[in-house]
Amino acid sequence: MDAIDERKYLRLNRFPTIWCPGCGIGIVLGAIIRAVARLGLDKDEVAMVSGIGCSSRMVGYVDFNTIHATHGRALAFATGLKLARPEMRVIVVMGDGDALAIGGNHFIQAARRNIDLTAIVINNSIYGMTGGQYAPTTPRGATATTAPYGNLEPPFDIPALAASAGAPFVARSTVYHAIELDRFIERGLRKKGFSVIEVLSDCPVFYGALNEMGSAVDMLRWYRDNTISVREAGKGEGKLVRGVLVDRDLPEYTEGYQRLVESLRGKGEG
Amino acid sequence: MKARVSGGAALMQGNEAVAAGALAAGLGFFANYPITPANEISRVLSRELPLRGGVFIQMEDEIASIAAVIGASLGGLKAATATSGPGFSLMQENIGYASATEIPCVIVDVQRGGPSTGMPTRPSQGDVMQARWGAHGDHPIIVLYPSSVSETYELTIRAFNLSERYRTPVILLMDEVVAHMRERVMLPLPEVEVVPRSKPKVPPEMYFPYEDGDNDVPPLASFGEGYRYNITGLFHDRLGFPTLRPDEINPWLKRLFGKIETNLEDIVWCEQELIEDAEVVLVAYGATARSARHAMKLARDRGEAVGMIKPLTLWPFPHIESIAERARRIIVVEMNRGQILGEVERLVHGKAEVLGVNRMDGEMVTPLEILHALEI
Repeated sequence: MDAIDERKYLRLNRFPTIWCPGCGIGIVLGAIIRAVARLGLDKDEVAMVSGIGCSSRMVGYVDFNTIHATHGRALAFATGLKLARPEMRVIVVMGDGDALAIGGNHFIQAARRNIDLTAIVINNSIYGMTGGQYAPTTPRGATATTAPYGNLEPPFDIPALAASAGAPFVARSTVYHAIELDRFIERGLRKKGFSVIEVLSDCPVFYGALNEMGSAVDMLRWYRDNTISVREAGKGEGKLVRGVLVDRDLPEYTEGYQRLVESLRGKGEG
Repeated sequence: MKARVSGGAALMQGNEAVAAGALAAGLGFFANYPITPANEISRVLSRELPLRGGVFIQMEDEIASIAAVIGASLGGLKAATATSGPGFSLMQENIGYASATEIPCVIVDVQRGGPSTGMPTRPSQGDVMQARWGAHGDHPIIVLYPSSVSETYELTIRAFNLSERYRTPVILLMDEVVAHMRERVMLPLPEVEVVPRSKPKVPPEMYFPYEDGDNDVPPLASFGEGYRYNITGLFHDRLGFPTLRPDEINPWLKRLFGKIETNLEDIVWCEQELIEDAEVVLVAYGATARSARHAMKLARDRGEAVGMIKPLTLWPFPHIESIAERARRIIVVEMNRGQILGEVERLVHGKAEVLGVNRMDGEMVTPLEILHALEI
């Protein structure tokens, strides 16, 4: 494999990033850039749209067309942009709270509509930027700033949610499995339609500290030991399954819209 | 357009006039969520836009609608949405975003009785202050307000033009009665001006999406055209990246407000009628201005010196304070509890008596009620 110069795709004058030492988001940033590079995409034809939160600050560091939108609304902003510019590759980067709490409706509707966006959900199981509050992805019983006695709620299974809402491509990986992650994001970008890649990512400062998971390295080891590839799924009871969990062909929205416009051509302006 | 007759008079509804005006202004993208009493707008545009290669999409809610509109506008299309009070409330955060990020878009609010679910099929002018201050934080906004179907057509085009010229969201406030009333409109209007978006003429490395020249409106590059820049709702520097530096924030704020406040002559449209000798001046907008005008005529027939002022640009509110030099009384007629009354009192500053004639029960203010106020 040819060496990729990630710097070509970064706004280096915006560095250093706001992310805490040991945070997993930078690994996801690297994976996205390598996927874009491997596909040979022109930076002008790539847009990155995000919402609000730690992971959403990624848009500031990449040399694409970038929108740091409002909390939870990245997919809706991206839907408008994609329909205005169907030729563009639109990558949507969201945190778990952004995508599934405040933005949960947009998430399932975008999956149902099957619009050609690549949605990357960076799941650190907590609200990091606001100080460690529990999220719809926090495991039952885990501690959070606002769940001092343990979280009473069960977490979303993001791939299952995306799949049942209609997404044609759904994958899950972690920031420990960096090479696998590169590949999944690349496949998601290649897929015509709404692709969802959930990335389990460590927040050593809040989730890790509140739940006594040790250092960032310890948390990466936790991902290594507590997840299992879908190919071996039967062998690891209680482990989170990684892999490309859904890959199917379904009618895509912008193509459907363009076909509609074509079919109406010549019918005149009412 | 069903009601359209090419190059002549057409009989159409206010909501249909919004759709016709938007298309005449170059609408390329419309996203909305169903709500009474605005539904005819999406009914027409869902039929017309695909025929013209434009995009219509019904989103999952009003928040998504305005978000998609902003995204499409960054893609280079003239973009709009339409709603009513409850949906308008949901849109406010992203309207503030469009104002702060200076992304052109048009939001139509066909008002209904409120607060809350209110009276979906009855008229109200209750969103006047929401249109001005609904988004959090100080922000510039332009609000237009038609009182007839013909004005609706004209002001819709004007809304797009002002939005593009000043890189700002523009709100078209509508009354339910105007939205559903059928009146004659001349189509197309003679010499309709359509303002295209100003695009950068410099190479990408010299482009500043938030160039901080005094009162300037920097050109807006479309995504995908080689100008890769950043948009954020955080306070930003001239390149569009987050900043907390007062020396970068203050010039930006100055320009953000200055681009509107130094162009009031172009933006503010206010009609005055028979105010030269008027002892009493009626201030009214939208459908209520029609009752006020009727009342003024009846009063004139009785020999009373009554005039009227009709703001078609509601925000920024016209500087009408000079009328207090002559008139002894100003009567503000509104289908709300006096939202503009307070603004008029602020401008008149005690130089004339200011009274309100107000209804918020879903019925129009009648000319007779205004005449009663004249007799006080």
